[in-house]
Amino acid sequence: MSRLLPFALLAGLVVLPLALGPNPYLLNALIVTGILTIGAMSLNLLLGFTGQLSLGHIAFFGIGAYVSALTSLGFDVDLGFGIRAVHEPWPAALGFLLATVAAGACGYLIGRLSFRVRGAYFVIVTISFAEVVRLVALNWVELTQGPLALTNIPAITLGLPGLGMWTLKTKLQNYYLVLGVGTLCYLAIARLVGSRFGRAMRGLKENEPLALSVGINATRTLTVAAVISAAMAGAAGSLYAHYLRIIDPDVFLFATTVSMVIMVVAGGKGTLMGPVVGGLIFGLLPVALRPVMAPEAQWIVYGVVLIVILFVMPRGIVPGLAVLLGGRPARAVPVLEANPAVQR
Amino acid sequence: MDELIQHLVNALILGGTYALLGIGLTLIFGIMNVVNFTHGALYTVGAYVMYLAAAALGLNFFLALPVAILGGLLLGAAIELVLLRPFRGSDIDTTMLVMIGAGIVLQSGTLWIFGGVAKAIPSPFPEAPLQIGPVSVSWLRLFVLGAALGLIALTYTLINRTKLGLAMRAAFQDADTAALMGVDVHRIYTATFALGSSLAAAAGALLGPVYVVFPQMGGLAELKAFAIVILGGLGNVTGAAIGGFILALAEELGAGYVSSGYRDAMGFLIIIAVLLYKPTGLFAKAERIG
Amino acid sequence: MSAVLSVEHVGVRFGGLVAIADLHFDVQEGEIVSLIGPNGAGKTTAFNVMTGFLKPSQGAVRFRGTGLRGLQPHEITRLGLARTFQRTSVFPDDTVLDNVMIGLHRHGARISRTPLLDALLGRSGASETRLRARAEALLDWVGLADRAREKAGALAYGEQRLVGVALALATEPAMLLLDEPVSGMNASETRVFVRLIRQIRERGITILLVEHDMPMVMEVSDRIVVLNYGRLIAEGPPDRIRSDPTVIEAYLGQGSAARQAAASAREAVHA
Repeated sequence: MSRLLPFALLAGLVVLPLALGPNPYLLNALIVTGILTIGAMSLNLLLGFTGQLSLGHIAFFGIGAYVSALTSLGFDVDLGFGIRAVHEPWPAALGFLLATVAAGACGYLIGRLSFRVRGAYFVIVTISFAEVVRLVALNWVELTQGPLALTNIPAITLGLPGLGMWTLKTKLQNYYLVLGVGTLCYLAIARLVGSRFGRAMRGLKENEPLALSVGINATRTLTVAAVISAAMAGAAGSLYAHYLRIIDPDVFLFATTVSMVIMVVAGGKGTLMGPVVGGLIFGLLPVALRPVMAPEAQWIVYGVVLIVILFVMPRGIVPGLAVLLGGRPARAVPVLEANPAVQR
Repeated sequence: MDELIQHLVNALILGGTYALLGIGLTLIFGIMNVVNFTHGALYTVGAYVMYLAAAALGLNFFLALPVAILGGLLLGAAIELVLLRPFRGSDIDTTMLVMIGAGIVLQSGTLWIFGGVAKAIPSPFPEAPLQIGPVSVSWLRLFVLGAALGLIALTYTLINRTKLGLAMRAAFQDADTAALMGVDVHRIYTATFALGSSLAAAAGALLGPVYVVFPQMGGLAELKAFAIVILGGLGNVTGAAIGGFILALAEELGAGYVSSGYRDAMGFLIIIAVLLYKPTGLFAKAERIG
Repeated sequence: MSAVLSVEHVGVRFGGLVAIADLHFDVQEGEIVSLIGPNGAGKTTAFNVMTGFLKPSQGAVRFRGTGLRGLQPHEITRLGLARTFQRTSVFPDDTVLDNVMIGLHRHGARISRTPLLDALLGRSGASETRLRARAEALLDWVGLADRAREKAGALAYGEQRLVGVALALATEPAMLLLDEPVSGMNASETRVFVRLIRQIRERGITILLVEHDMPMVMEVSDRIVVLNYGRLIAEGPPDRIRSDPTVIEAYLGQGSAARQAAASAREAVHA
C-alpha cells in the first residue's frame, strides 16, 4: 500500500481538475493548499528528519515571496549615504530561481545557528528571526510598500525553445505548476532521505553522540538540511506571490507556520507522505467546514483536531495507519546465547 | 536628557508587566519543562475578563482585577488537568504542540465570542497625568507598575516562604526525587501552571486598560514573553524579572531613537544577539557538573 | 611495536571538581588494554577526552602521531579511532541493517565529489548496493545476521551492544575503545563477547576497554591500567595487577559493589 499510495495520489491529483469541472473556488483552495503543502514538506525535512523544530519556517516562505515579487517588479530604493539601489524588472521565472537561492542562503544562517543553540532556544530563535523579517517587510515601505502590499506581481512565464511561451495566468495552469513543483520537491526529498545524507540526518536525530562517533559531521549535515529546506520553502513562497499576484507582510504570520507544523505533525513527521496527507487534510478542511461554520470556529476545530491527533496518533496519521494495516513480525530467539557465527 | 528620563520611566512601567509575563512562562518551563504556547491566549483572556467585569458588568475596577487573575488561575488549572496531565512523560515537542493547539482554540474562541473590534476598559484614574519636573506619567500607568510589583513580590513570597513553594522548588530540582520524598508532583504541576497562567492573565488585565483589548493582542505578548525568558535563562525567575525590564528598556529606546516601527523588533534582535553570544541566556545557572 | 595511542599528562576539571588529575599511558599497536578503577575514577571521562567529546584542561592525546587537540568527534573517528557507548549504543528507531548503514557513513565517501547531486539524480544506486552488501557482511561477522530487519531499539541489551560494536567497526578503525561492553550480559554472553574481542584484534585492530567485570578483564587483557580518583595508580599485565596492594586497597576502600568487584578479581586470581 505504502509503495503505491504516492503514485495513486499523484494520478488522482492530475485528473482532479477534470473531474471537478470549472470550479474556481475549489481550484483556488487546491492551489493554496498545494503551496502550503510544499512548505510543509520542506519543514518536515528539518522537523521530521533532523528533529530541529523550526517555528520560523514562514520566514523562508515570505522571503521567497518578496524576493520573487521584487525581482519581477523592479525597485528603486535609497539606501542612505547617497547610495541608491535600482533594479529593472526581470522575468518572473528568474524571480523564482532567485527566491529559491535567497531563501536557501537564509537557511544557511539558521542551519549554522542550530548547531549553537538547541531545543527550546532554537525554537525561540527561529520565531524571532521570522518576526524580525516580518517587521522589516512592514516598515521598509520604500522597498516593500509596507502594509499597502506589493501589487501587480506578474504571473510566471514558462518558455520552451521551439514550442512557444506560456504565461501562467489561469487557475488551472497554476494548479499544474504547483503540482509539478510539489512533485519535484517530493522526489528530491525522497531521494535525499534514502541516501547517505538522509541516514546521517536520521542518525543525528536518533542518537547524536553515536552519530558523531561514526564520523558524521553534525554541523555540515544540519546546515545542508536547513539550506535545502529553506530553498524549497522559498520556492513555495515564490509560487504564492506569482499566483496571488499581491503580497503583504501578512505572508510572515506565525499562524502560517503553525498551519505547516500541524500538517507535518498530523500527517506524520519524518515520513515522506505525512506532510502531503496532512497538507491535503488541513488545507482542505476549511473548504469542508466553510458552509457549516464561521472562520473562527474553523480554527477552533483546527486546534482541537491537532490535540486529538497528538492524543490518539502521536506519531501522525500515516505511521498510525501503517501500524493498523500491517502487523509487526514477532520476535525471534536471542542470538547471543547460541550463535554459530561468534562461537566458531 | 529630559527625553531620556521619560523613556526610562516608561520602560520601568512597561517592564513591570513584562516581568509578570516572563515569570509566569519561566516558572512553567522550569518546573514542568513545557513551552507554554497558551501564554499569549491567557494574557488575552485576562484582558477580556477584566473588560467583562469592569466595562460590561460594571464591577469596580479594583475588584475586576482580582476577578481577572482568578479567571486566569482557573483556566490555567483546567488546561493543565485536561490537556497536560494526559501527556505527562511525552517529550517537550509534543507538549509544545498540544499547547499550540490549545492556544489556537483559546484565541479563536475569544475572537468568536467577542468579535474582532477592539474594546476599551474605562480607567478610574484622572485623565491628567502626574507631572514631576519634565517627566509625565499617567496615574493609571503608575497603578499598573505598583500592581505588577506587588504581584511579583507575592509570587516570590509564595515560592520562597510557603510549603507549596518549597514543593515547587523541589520539583524544579528533580521531579523524581521530589516524588519519592512524598511530594504530589501532579498537584504541584497543576498549581504551577495555574500560577503561571494567573500571572499572564494579570499582565493582560493590567495592560488592557492602558491600551485596548483585542483577540490577537496575545500573539505579540507571547513572543515577547519568550524573549524575556530567553534573556533571563529558561527557568530562572529572577532572570525573567530582570529580562522584563531589559526588554522594556530596549523597546523604549529603540522606539525613541531608532524608529517606532521597529519597537517590537527590539526584543527579537536582543534574543538573537544574546543567544549568539551566550546560548543559554544571560542569567542562566551554572551548567551542571559531570 | 609502536604506540598507537598516547595519553600525555591529561587532566580534566569541571569547575573545582577534578575528574582526572594526571593521566599518562600508552597503548601499543595490536594490544588489548583495559582501563579499570572504582566508580567515579574518571574512566568514561578519559574516553570522552580521547574521542573529542570533552576538551582536556591540560595535557594532550596523540593517535598514530597526530595530536587530537581541537578535533571534533567526527574528525577523530575519521582518523581511525572508533568507540562504543556505555548505555545508548544504537540508533533505536532504525533497523539493525540501517544502523550499520548509518555507521558506514564514511565508507567509500570519497568516490564521488558531488554526493548530494548524485543522490538527487538517483546516481548513487551502485554505491548503495555495495554499502548494503558491506553492512550485511559486518552483521554476519558479529553474529546479528538474523536480526537485520528488526528495530535496533527493540533488541535485547546484549544484542544492542553487538550492534554498537558493528557500528564502530563500520568506520574501519585502527583502534577501538569499548565502554563497559559486557555490563548487563550474563556469563555465557560475556564468554561469547570475549571471543569477539579477540577476533577483532586478529583483524589488526588495537583495543582499549573500560570494564567492571574483573574476570573478563583479567581474561582478555594484555595489559591493565588502573585509575583511582583521577590518578593512575598501577599499570601492568593482569598477573601483576591482581596482586598489586594499591589496587586491592583502592577497591576495598570503596562501597560494597566495588568490594564485590575486588572479591571477584581475587577469585579470578585463584581460578
